[in-house]
Amino acid sequence: MPMMLQFANVLVFLAVGIFFLVFSLTLSSLVRPYKYSAEKLSPYECGENPVGSPWIQFNIRFYVFALIFIVFDVEVVFLVPWAVVFKKLGMFAFVEGLIFIAILAVGLAYVWAKGDLQWVRPEERGSLAER
Amino acid sequence: MIPLGFYLVVSAILFSIGAYGFLIKRNIITLFMCIELMLNAVNLSFVAFARYYALLDGQVFVFFVMAVAAAEAAVGLGIIVALFRNRQTLNVDETNLMKW
Amino acid sequence: MDGSLALEIPQIFPEIALSVFGIAILLLDTFLPKSKRHAATGIALAAIALTAVFTLGLVGEDGTFFSGMIVVDGFSIFLRITFLVVGALTVLASSSYATRENLAVGEFQALVLFAIVGMNLMAASNELIMIFLGLETLSIASYILLGIKRSDAKSNEAALKYFLLGSFSSAFMLYGIALAYGATRTTNLEAIGREIAAGSAGMTLIYVAVGLLFVGFGFKVAVVPFHVWTPDVYEGAPTPISAFMSVGPKAAGFAVLVRVLMVAFPAAYAKWLGLVWLSAVLTMFVGNCVALVQSNIKRMLAYSSIAHAGYILVAVATRNQEGVAALLFYTLTYALMNIGAFTIVSLVSRQGDRKTYLDDYAGLGFKQPGLAAALSIFLLSLAGIPLTAGFAGKFFIFRAALESKFVWLAIIGVLNSAISVYYYLRVIVVMYMKEAPDDWSPVAMSSSAIAVIALSVLGILQFGIFPDMLISLARSSVIGYR
Repeated sequence: MPMMLQFANVLVFLAVGIFFLVFSLTLSSLVRPYKYSAEKLSPYECGENPVGSPWIQFNIRFYVFALIFIVFDVEVVFLVPWAVVFKKLGMFAFVEGLIFIAILAVGLAYVWAKGDLQWVRPEERGSLAER
Repeated sequence: MIPLGFYLVVSAILFSIGAYGFLIKRNIITLFMCIELMLNAVNLSFVAFARYYALLDGQVFVFFVMAVAAAEAAVGLGIIVALFRNRQTLNVDETNLMKW
Repeated sequence: MDGSLALEIPQIFPEIALSVFGIAILLLDTFLPKSKRHAATGIALAAIALTAVFTLGLVGEDGTFFSGMIVVDGFSIFLRITFLVVGALTVLASSSYATRENLAVGEFQALVLFAIVGMNLMAASNELIMIFLGLETLSIASYILLGIKRSDAKSNEAALKYFLLGSFSSAFMLYGIALAYGATRTTNLEAIGREIAAGSAGMTLIYVAVGLLFVGFGFKVAVVPFHVWTPDVYEGAPTPISAFMSVGPKAAGFAVLVRVLMVAFPAAYAKWLGLVWLSAVLTMFVGNCVALVQSNIKRMLAYSSIAHAGYILVAVATRNQEGVAALLFYTLTYALMNIGAFTIVSLVSRQGDRKTYLDDYAGLGFKQPGLAAALSIFLLSLAGIPLTAGFAGKFFIFRAALESKFVWLAIIGVLNSAISVYYYLRVIVVMYMKEAPDDWSPVAMSSSAIAVIALSVLGILQFGIFPDMLISLARSSVIGYR
């Protein structure tokens, strides 16, 4: 398999990389002193003492926005090939693509009308104002 | 050119890692990631076959699989969020209201 | 390429109509004032009626369209009508349910329509990737439907279990599709069949691919050993959706399984036949034997649906036209009896789906004789008592099995029907032989639920006493079947 030889330098690169990592870690573990303390074992947070658990819940809105992003993210996967060739395919493909975009636009309108595009939803805003 | 067989072996290994992970892991999000790994392993097979036979349709299938995976992710995460709100856990062993 | 494709669009009018109406319902649900949102049920029924007209307009067509991706033949038209019947009954049954449980009616009905689109596409696909897309359309709609009671932990759990196992099995099926594509350079079912017949395909890959496809479909139709999700999902799901899940995806899965195995992989299927045989036998025994000890009616019906999947798998194993016709007959009549039974279970369970145990049926025969009589008819039909559609369906399947020399399969099937009589009769005994509890509250009826029950009873008696019409229709649907 002579053509496989092209990949030999990838292998060499990989081997050198692994060797370098293992070598330097081993060397430093041999020469460094072992003096642990509670301070040193705590997670490093810019020199400050950590407060509370790092496992906090994020606002659920982040998730909703991420989902809406995914929909339009994947839409592009289909639109790019369509945009490249639709001149050759003619009117039918053009209309087809428009219908595809229209269906996704309906999805966006649905999300919008349900109030999911606002950071604070209308019904929540009322209860926040009362507080 | 890397021969077709190499791709297929990598794809089979990835698929097996995904399936194995699905069977032994306990966190729902991890299970979900294992499924995504399996789908993407299949995508690798599709692309490898398409390239080997110089056909385009295998690559188009990958688009469809990606779209399906995105839709599944959206719905799946929605279900997981609803479950977490009611149960406060993401461990599959603790989602056991119903047993025979 | 543009002109000819546009001319083929009428072949998928049914699916287009359903999708458009589904989207319209979603928009109406968002933009209409709350008091008018119950219109969704009427619109969904209108959509199904319109789709039925479009579908019947295709009768007589026989060919493939959209570069061989869609096939319109008697088989797919018969199935599309079956799915529309399932959909119409589900829409009717769920409208009163959604009101009772305070669910968004519009989202509910729109999702049912989308699920029908998925099933229709599965029945009409002539291409593995199209089948996968149809299956996923169906699955994603049903994941949401299962979990639509967002604040109910059981509904969440049902949705989660079906989602995890469903997507796990989809991945297996997709891998099977990839391997079949690799072995034959195509995903078109007929082209795969030709490649294999010409001997230009790698048979090892094909055998593995067929095995993986069977795993994928096996999960969807719940045959042993891929059935474990069924009871939990049916128990936790909103009851009309349990009914839908037990008939719709099952019929679609079996239809596609038959088409894939008989058109694309007849030779490879013969190799796997032993395993299919074993799976059918195990499915019947496990379903019926575990159903014997259930005290929750929804779980009992879930195990009964596993057992029925076993009977249908017998029809798949016969590999002859009579078997396929019996499968078509069975899936349609099974849909009627199971949706009918689940609808009554849904009514009896009262608000919150709480009263689903066998004891909750005590005295129903005296308190509400009409309801009890209807449930008795459904259960007798599920058990396969003569003069019901269930008997006719089982008769056709077992006769097809005998014709293709599966004597043992037929004997085991009949034996299993005998076992199943016990747990169906147990419900009837409780209804008529036990006193109602003192704190009995009457079962609230609704006109839509009554319509579902009446239609199902009529269908069961019609096809049970005069099965000739439907079975000859099914046979003629299979004749064009390549």
